[in-house]
Amino acid sequence: MNNLLRRYGTTLTVIVCLLTAFWLLVLVILPNLYLFENSFRPYLPVQDIGGPKDTYSFNNYMTFFSSPIHISVFLWTIVFSSLVTFLCFVFAYPLAYYLSKKVSVKSLPTLFLVLTIPLWVSEIMRSFAWFIILSLKGPLNILLMSIDVIEKPIRWMTGFRSVMIGLVYTYVLFMLFPIYNAIQSLDTNQIEAAEDLGAPWWRTHWRVILPHAKPGIASGSVMVFMLSAGSILVPSLLASTNSRWFTEIIQQWIFESLDWNTGSAYAFLLLILCTIFVTLVMRVFRVKLSDIAK
Amino acid sequence: MPAVGASLANRRGMHRGAVPDPMSASIELENVTAEFGSFRAVDNVSVTIEAGEFFSFLGPSGCGKTTILRMVSGFISPTSGTIRIGGKDMRDQRPNQRPTALIFQNLALFPLMPVWENIAFGLEVRGVDKKIRRERAEELLALVDLPNAADKSVSQLSGGQKQRVAIARALAVEPSVMLLDEPLSALDLKLRQHMRAELRAIQKRTQVTFIYITHDQGEALAMSDRVAVMSHGKLQQVAPPRDIYDRPANGFVASFVGENNVFAGEIAASGNGQADFRTPLGTFQARLGPNAGANSKLYLRPEHVRLSHEAASANSIPVEVTDIAFEGNFISILTQDASGRTIVSEARNDGSSPLPEKGARLNATFDPDHAVILTDDVPLKAGAH
Repeated sequence: MNNLLRRYGTTLTVIVCLLTAFWLLVLVILPNLYLFENSFRPYLPVQDIGGPKDTYSFNNYMTFFSSPIHISVFLWTIVFSSLVTFLCFVFAYPLAYYLSKKVSVKSLPTLFLVLTIPLWVSEIMRSFAWFIILSLKGPLNILLMSIDVIEKPIRWMTGFRSVMIGLVYTYVLFMLFPIYNAIQSLDTNQIEAAEDLGAPWWRTHWRVILPHAKPGIASGSVMVFMLSAGSILVPSLLASTNSRWFTEIIQQWIFESLDWNTGSAYAFLLLILCTIFVTLVMRVFRVKLSDIAK
Repeated sequence: MPAVGASLANRRGMHRGAVPDPMSASIELENVTAEFGSFRAVDNVSVTIEAGEFFSFLGPSGCGKTTILRMVSGFISPTSGTIRIGGKDMRDQRPNQRPTALIFQNLALFPLMPVWENIAFGLEVRGVDKKIRRERAEELLALVDLPNAADKSVSQLSGGQKQRVAIARALAVEPSVMLLDEPLSALDLKLRQHMRAELRAIQKRTQVTFIYITHDQGEALAMSDRVAVMSHGKLQQVAPPRDIYDRPANGFVASFVGENNVFAGEIAASGNGQADFRTPLGTFQARLGPNAGANSKLYLRPEHVRLSHEAASANSIPVEVTDIAFEGNFISILTQDASGRTIVSEARNDGSSPLPEKGARLNATFDPDHAVILTDDVPLKAGAH
């Protein structure tokens, strides 16, 4: 704090601190507290709010547990978010290894630029782009048919297929960068030492590089999983009739039923249950929270 | 390495001092050149290293010695030339297919594995059973004098202990050739001297060919059977340590290995391996070096400069003592001749002769056999020593 004062002077420091406090308090903490408080109150007509019926209870939360459909949507959301996380890892790990250990330092900035350009376009635009690419008479099918890979166009947007494609595309970089940083910090001599001792490439990865990259993989996975499970744009744009995402149910409670109370209860359930799930998975893979913070 | 399983089996119960089967191999470098872009790191090097030999490459940083090591281990391919290990051409052999084990300058131990898994990694790669791996790791820990460390983590070890683990890890794969890339440079002086003796002892015990890379002449001279002095990618001299020091092949070797007083001048007359060398200070008698010629200089080691009150008939320079530097086991006496140039003399700190006073006027004399006339074909890189 003293350091900050010395460097930027009183005025600037106060402005910076106030703006941060405003963002944190007014834009993050207060709305969440408001929703949290509301999630324990019943959905009532306006004249009953504050009346004798307006009491705290867990009824909104119980709505979820008494609805098999909602539970099943939630479970599928978890399953497919895990799949997205796994697919992101499958794409990101080799790329991260290649970028951090194989590419010459000279071409690195160009490659990173190419990788990050898609991030400059908003998520909604990217999702619409995929909507067009994947449509039945869209460019992907035309391309595949023109090079004789397929005979009839593939219906991409059925089941969770297109949602998976969209989510992996949107979040793969959140997996790439932490893994890249982790592998980057690995001493190249260790890779060479493993090879020198006779290890084939896969064993070097399994015993030396992967264990070292574990914290990066863990933080990337947590990010991708949480973002996927909480994503609303991609699932609603690229969804088909038989793919429902849990966030869509929250949206329905809030915007279609106008029942903000149950909606916020569902939102907090999503947060809590995902946190429990992530904690359990971290236990299984023996990742500590402190590893991720590194 | 097909015999690992079998040789492990008959070596169970091996303890400290047991001698593994000698399985060293010779290394031949034939016209080996390595270029990086337009830079020639190794320039047409040919040398044969005998099986079971302790061989050092000595040179200033950037002289190409590490490149040679990486070519032998397979991480770099030579631009041209041939490398043979045990008579077998190593072209297109990946590092994991070569009978070499490299000890890295920073050791490159695997920090996430306990000590014994580090050592047994090469055996794990070869599919050796876990129980045997563990036994073998403990045998090797005994060999490098580090018992009870098997389950420690690498970060718990001291510098010297890490060193030993790295050696054990390399020995575990039973290499025919051990390659060591300045492995002692990170240790403090006492430990370094101790590890020198250890390395030498391990080499004698295992009979494996050791190739040792260093810029430290003390290490190279003390440990090696033969030393190759390198500069600018070229071999300057390959010889046993004594010959390197006493019979340097050229001016570079003379000035890189040990200290020298160097006098510029020209050969006035020569014959019978001796010459009269004319310098501005007078004409001295000296031995003709192997490459003495038109641009030669006179090289004289400080320990061969005697200071006395009487002038000798030949090879005598009147000097004045300017400074005395106490180095512990010897004393360095700095003197100045009439022209103001410094001549260094060294005396053993054994109390045999009284030290001269600062400012004393004496004569620096030397034996013609101890001064050598050499040409410095390769300029010594500034600040390289």
